[in-house]
Amino acid sequence: MSLVHAALSPLVGALVLAVLWLAIAAASLVPAGNAAFARRFAFPLGALAGVALAVLGLQAVWLPAQTLTLPLGLPDLPFHLRTDPLAGFFLMLLGSVSAGISVYAAGYFRAEPSGRLVLISLQYHVFLASMAFVLLADDAYLFMVSWETMALSSYFLVITDHKQPAIRSAGFLYLLIAHLGAIAILLCFGVLHGGRGDYSFDALRAVQLQPAWATVAFLLAFFGFGAKAGILPLHAWLPEAHPAAPSPVSALMSGIMIKTAIYGMVRVIFDLMGNVRWEWGMVVLVIGAATTLFGVLYALQQHDLKRLLAYHSVENIGIILLGLGMSMVFIGFGHPAAGVLGLIAALYHTLNHAVFKGLLFLGAGSILRSTGLRNLNDMGGLIHGMPKTAFYFLIGALAISALPPLNGFVSEWLTFQTALQATILQNGIVRSLLPLFAATLALAGALTAMCFVKVYGIAFLGKPREPAHPSPLPHAGDAGQMERYGMAWLAACCFVLGLFPTSFLLVLNRVGVSLTGRGLSEQALAGSGWLWLVPTSAEQASYSPLVFLVVIVAVTLLAFLLVRRFYHGRVRFADPWDCGYPEQTPRMQDTADAFGQSIRHVFGPLYKMDRALPGPDDKAPRYFLKIEDRHWYWLYLPVARAAEFISAKVALLQQGRISIYLLYSFITLIALLVFVR
Amino acid sequence: MNTAQAIAFQILQSVLVVLAAPLLVGWVNQCRAWLQNRSAPSILLPYWTLAKLFHKEPVIAHGASPLFRATPYILFGCMWLAAGIVPVLATGLPFAPAADIIALVGVFALARVFSALAAMDIGTSFGGLGARREMLIGFLAEPAMLMTLFTAAFISGSTQLTTIVDTLGHREFALYPSLAFAAVAFLMVLLAENARIPIDNPTTHLELTMVHEALILEYSARHLALIEWAVAIKLFAYVTIGIALFVPWGIAEGGDWHALPLAVGVLVAKLALAGAGLALIETLLAKLRLFLAPEFLSTAFLLGVLGMLTHFLVRG
Repeated sequence: MSLVHAALSPLVGALVLAVLWLAIAAASLVPAGNAAFARRFAFPLGALAGVALAVLGLQAVWLPAQTLTLPLGLPDLPFHLRTDPLAGFFLMLLGSVSAGISVYAAGYFRAEPSGRLVLISLQYHVFLASMAFVLLADDAYLFMVSWETMALSSYFLVITDHKQPAIRSAGFLYLLIAHLGAIAILLCFGVLHGGRGDYSFDALRAVQLQPAWATVAFLLAFFGFGAKAGILPLHAWLPEAHPAAPSPVSALMSGIMIKTAIYGMVRVIFDLMGNVRWEWGMVVLVIGAATTLFGVLYALQQHDLKRLLAYHSVENIGIILLGLGMSMVFIGFGHPAAGVLGLIAALYHTLNHAVFKGLLFLGAGSILRSTGLRNLNDMGGLIHGMPKTAFYFLIGALAISALPPLNGFVSEWLTFQTALQATILQNGIVRSLLPLFAATLALAGALTAMCFVKVYGIAFLGKPREPAHPSPLPHAGDAGQMERYGMAWLAACCFVLGLFPTSFLLVLNRVGVSLTGRGLSEQALAGSGWLWLVPTSAEQASYSPLVFLVVIVAVTLLAFLLVRRFYHGRVRFADPWDCGYPEQTPRMQDTADAFGQSIRHVFGPLYKMDRALPGPDDKAPRYFLKIEDRHWYWLYLPVARAAEFISAKVALLQQGRISIYLLYSFITLIALLVFVR
Repeated sequence: MNTAQAIAFQILQSVLVVLAAPLLVGWVNQCRAWLQNRSAPSILLPYWTLAKLFHKEPVIAHGASPLFRATPYILFGCMWLAAGIVPVLATGLPFAPAADIIALVGVFALARVFSALAAMDIGTSFGGLGARREMLIGFLAEPAMLMTLFTAAFISGSTQLTTIVDTLGHREFALYPSLAFAAVAFLMVLLAENARIPIDNPTTHLELTMVHEALILEYSARHLALIEWAVAIKLFAYVTIGIALFVPWGIAEGGDWHALPLAVGVLVAKLALAGAGLALIETLLAKLRLFLAPEFLSTAFLLGVLGMLTHFLVRG
């Protein structure tokens, strides 16, 4: 009986599924060179495991925390595993989003050479399993082992096309920043554990730190996990590495992997440390706001579709941080109800971003597979050749633009509602600053809409721009069946998350209760039905996406039917109006760069621009534009030069003579003796 | 007020707004003609234009996608929905809790995104140009609008438009300095969002200056009619939002049927004044260069933020 019970418990189940992912990874190798196995068996089975993991995660949210100790690892350092509502929520995210991506991958890799596919399947499933273990870990040791496995497996996935030098250097940059982050996290655990030799999370929770050390631990955790999440100024790897990977892997990295960093932040700051201070919240808010604006403004200047999406991941991490920071400010000032609302907004956006960014990367993958293009300036009119991909991509684009009634709107709405609670704060300065962060969010939301009008309008609408590819543009037709199933799953998630927010609000309220001991106010829970989303009280604010959708569909249909009833349905087709200038070519359409021009005009000083504009009487007119990230020049390159300088100095030690090296050993020995004594 | 009555009133108000919206456009045009010493067209001219357009046969460009044909209906649906949220005659609209002011801004954004996408669908250079300009104006106007609405939300402690009106209109008269900033910001957003001078000129077809007209260049007949009607509803919705936020006196409380006739009278008077004011602004000002539009709108945005900060400062 107890065995059956244990087998049904979410912790054991999640462990079994994570091991199953590892088994799939190993099994991919066994029928060596058999690509059909990976495609027909490994990826679909991995997707099924994902669905099961999502169900178990949801179950774990509602159950009390469970723990398990595995006698693995080093002697005296067994692996501790635990599920609680926070881990359960992220397991649900991992399972549900990876299920769609795995189904898609089964179709996407259909033309991949078998040797490569076997390796991809191995790394892909190890990657999934390591993320599951990051979420399940209940001691710093297992956490770091899984964290590093995650970084390494994703590194190898990023450099799948390692024959291109650009991709190799992108991979190196990723590995470098990932390890900087890992060192910070390691140091953070070191600070947290307070010299007691016990690295289980329970022991870390019990330690009471002095305020100064607590702040050090917070900063280490924030920037350590931030390096993985892509916060400013540690974001530089993200727009390089995410586009370099094969598209399903980009979707995994942007959709899920950077969310494990959010998990880490919440776990360390809210759970292990507790006693959240409002000053920390302000740090998170400032960095979050900067990250948000930076991400969207640079996204607007990209013409590589996958790079553009990667910059939007930076932006969305910023939005999540805005929610998280507000939550910390409210909790720091002793307003747990508003704090939980902010936490809920942040975590809701985490889930939403995983879903729609996964979907968008998959759509970009289908475009890439079908046309071989990543540059928006070459695309156009894809809606005619790939109507199904166009449909799913539109859902993703509307969702990320935070338009009602889809899911992106719900989480931004909750973040706004959190900011509007600012009146309850005592500190006058913080009180008037919080609405400014809401203003940042509003600006970013509107800019995102602009960016996705650009993406969708240029890629899918209009006419093909590339003269080398006369119509029809997609050589390989629409996305394949499995690809479509994967996208359809994520698109459906966008609708479910958008239309039934209250169910997820209750799930997240459980997470908030488990972390802070308090939940949303009574009025909020009383006012929330399945139809109404009420974050504080029904008089203050409410939103019902379902009513919204029904009304908007109803009035749109009514307008359609009335027009048809009272008038006629005739249409005539003709050439577009050429404004009296008949020699128009598809190349005269707006390009991605042209679309960003107005933004360059308004936000010029923020970009490092290198451009050559043709004059009116140039014999050979040439247009050239290069936008670079200023961070490279004031941060990364100086650091790289300093590192090179220091290593050149250290290289002086290398004399190549054995007597000198013996001398070094001797000096070291003497020094150690001095210290030990 | 029982539920059936409330729903009946909700439907009545939405239909009334949709039907009355072209009248406001006609009134603005009439006022502007008078101010410019032209003989004014009939106030009913927008209706005749719509009727004419509905009877015509639409001409659609080759290569238009389904999105292009669906967009006019989506725009019309969005604006109709917006008309249902704003308390024009009375608060206590049963639909209002489904969408608060943030969702209202979301509806306008949804409409804007679809109209920009439809403009890019045919693949003419004008469409792309219009879409780009429209989004340029939108990305600043939308946050400015939100800031204005947040100021009101902070004062009333709610993001429900009906609650805001109840708080602002049905309490004793009080001066809010923050609302003064917000009102100026709102007026600027209203001008920009409704393609009015100084941001856009609704009567021009000059390619260097137009924004809204470039967006809808490919539309004709019933599609154009729906879009023009949606634009009229949008103007009406914006003006009534302004009335609800800044001069809400006279809007009947939910269920108070006896106050309705008075509310109708007050509303007509306010709309007439607002329309005349709009015509006056359009007569006095010149159109700004396109790249001054961001400056105009960032001023609106900053005024909105300033209004919000003033609220906190004045409160202590």
